[in-house]
Amino acid sequence: MIIKRPDSIKASEITDETNYQNRREFLSTVSRSTLALAAGASFPVLLGSRRTDAAPALGNIQKSRYALDEEKTPIEDITRYNNFYEFSTDKEGPALLARKFKTDPWTLRIEGEVNKPATYQLEDFIKPYTLEERVYRLRCVEAWSMVIPWVGFAFADVLKKVEPTSRAKFVEFTTLYDPRQMPGQQRRVLEWPYVEGLRIDEAAHPLTILAVGLYGKLLPNQNGAPLRLVVPWKYGFKNIKSIVRIRFTEKQPGTTWNIAGPQEYGFYANVNPTVDHPRWSQARERRIGDFFKRETLMFNGYADEVAGLYSGMDLRKYY
Amino acid sequence: MRRYIKPAVFLICLIPLAILVCDAFHQALGANPVEKITHRTGDWSLRFLLITLAVTPLRKLFGWKSLMRYRRMLGLFAFFYVCLHFATYLVFDHFFDIGEMAKDIAKRPYITVGFTAFLLLIPLAVTSTGKMMKRLGRHWQRLHQLVYVSAVCGILHYLWLVKADLLQPLIYAVILLLLFGIRVWYQRKPLDTAFLEYSN
Repeated sequence: MIIKRPDSIKASEITDETNYQNRREFLSTVSRSTLALAAGASFPVLLGSRRTDAAPALGNIQKSRYALDEEKTPIEDITRYNNFYEFSTDKEGPALLARKFKTDPWTLRIEGEVNKPATYQLEDFIKPYTLEERVYRLRCVEAWSMVIPWVGFAFADVLKKVEPTSRAKFVEFTTLYDPRQMPGQQRRVLEWPYVEGLRIDEAAHPLTILAVGLYGKLLPNQNGAPLRLVVPWKYGFKNIKSIVRIRFTEKQPGTTWNIAGPQEYGFYANVNPTVDHPRWSQARERRIGDFFKRETLMFNGYADEVAGLYSGMDLRKYY
Repeated sequence: MRRYIKPAVFLICLIPLAILVCDAFHQALGANPVEKITHRTGDWSLRFLLITLAVTPLRKLFGWKSLMRYRRMLGLFAFFYVCLHFATYLVFDHFFDIGEMAKDIAKRPYITVGFTAFLLLIPLAVTSTGKMMKRLGRHWQRLHQLVYVSAVCGILHYLWLVKADLLQPLIYAVILLLLFGIRVWYQRKPLDTAFLEYSN
């Protein structure tokens, strides 16, 4: 399917307003029938129109065994309470300032220690993978949390495709750098662009996903559209947003928050109620929607799945 | 006309609280209302503290003597918003668990210093009455200089809790420095005059 650039759109092709206003009904009717069959192919078209309150539905989402049985955080809260410093350091800023953020076309580079380095258009990159719904806890380092139904695909499947070499010990992710579109980048609050990283075995863990949607719809801009990382047993800042580059490296990459505050934000950043942030406690958290705090769980409740990755490691040292 | 000004100022000082209550009723405090209440009451504590501290410099700079009539009220409003701020912390962060809270205050520098700012304002609020002023005489002035220590602690509390964006607390810090500078400037002046007289 061809994505039309703005200059190639003829006036006759522009959707008239009534159809545009009814696009959600249109999408929901159509998605139940044809769209579901052609989900992979329809994705790029859907990428075109993106507004938080009218995000297009994603078709053909598989159920996953990783579907937490806890009350989900309402979509309004997930989409209006965001830490996305590229737009604003204010929680409510990203929802307003990311409205016009352009995520199509979007180029993703895969490079470094891989047999198949490549530059992809996002829709081509995503096409081979099966979209799944994963209901995960998200625990911010600031001691609040949510339960979010992400739509995405296992990063392990990406690894199979791009074939990291034997020298690839780490994966480094980089966010788009575009201060004109991302006003937060005009101030040096952090080192831009934002960089995050995982050890290769963490990246290959079945819980690690790249997300393209939430609540069955395309990812809203303020939540890291069009492509973000989700690693549910780590603090939220590891879940890098709006990714443009994935690089495989031999050495541990320098990561943004770790550079900003090495004593406070480690490379691992595993959720751990017994290791406090130097300035505040990590023992408890406020689930968005609750007034009072609850106990924080080891590895954010994913200890059974991931504790093995860190056996023998001193988690006070490797925080 | 003039007798309406004071009640008017009083009502104006209540506007931030009114907005907060209104927002709470309309569920307009966002996804994390407790955090929002904490931030707003904290912000208004610092703002009222700075407004109170601006009264004397403004009087000296522009001769606005009438401002002095509102200083006590402004200071008490700073204390009022600190109390709300602290109450939010006590109820929603610790649910009256005094033991846990004490540990928190002792262990976390930003909370220690914030709690200190709050404690320092208590004797000032208590001795804010005309009676107390008379009773303490010249000591009253000395005691109430603690308000500066409280403001410094309050701003440190803010500076130490933010993750990366220091802009807002730094703005408060600059304003405080400016106000303090003006005071020091005026305190120096009589000395200069004395020196001139002496040399004559």
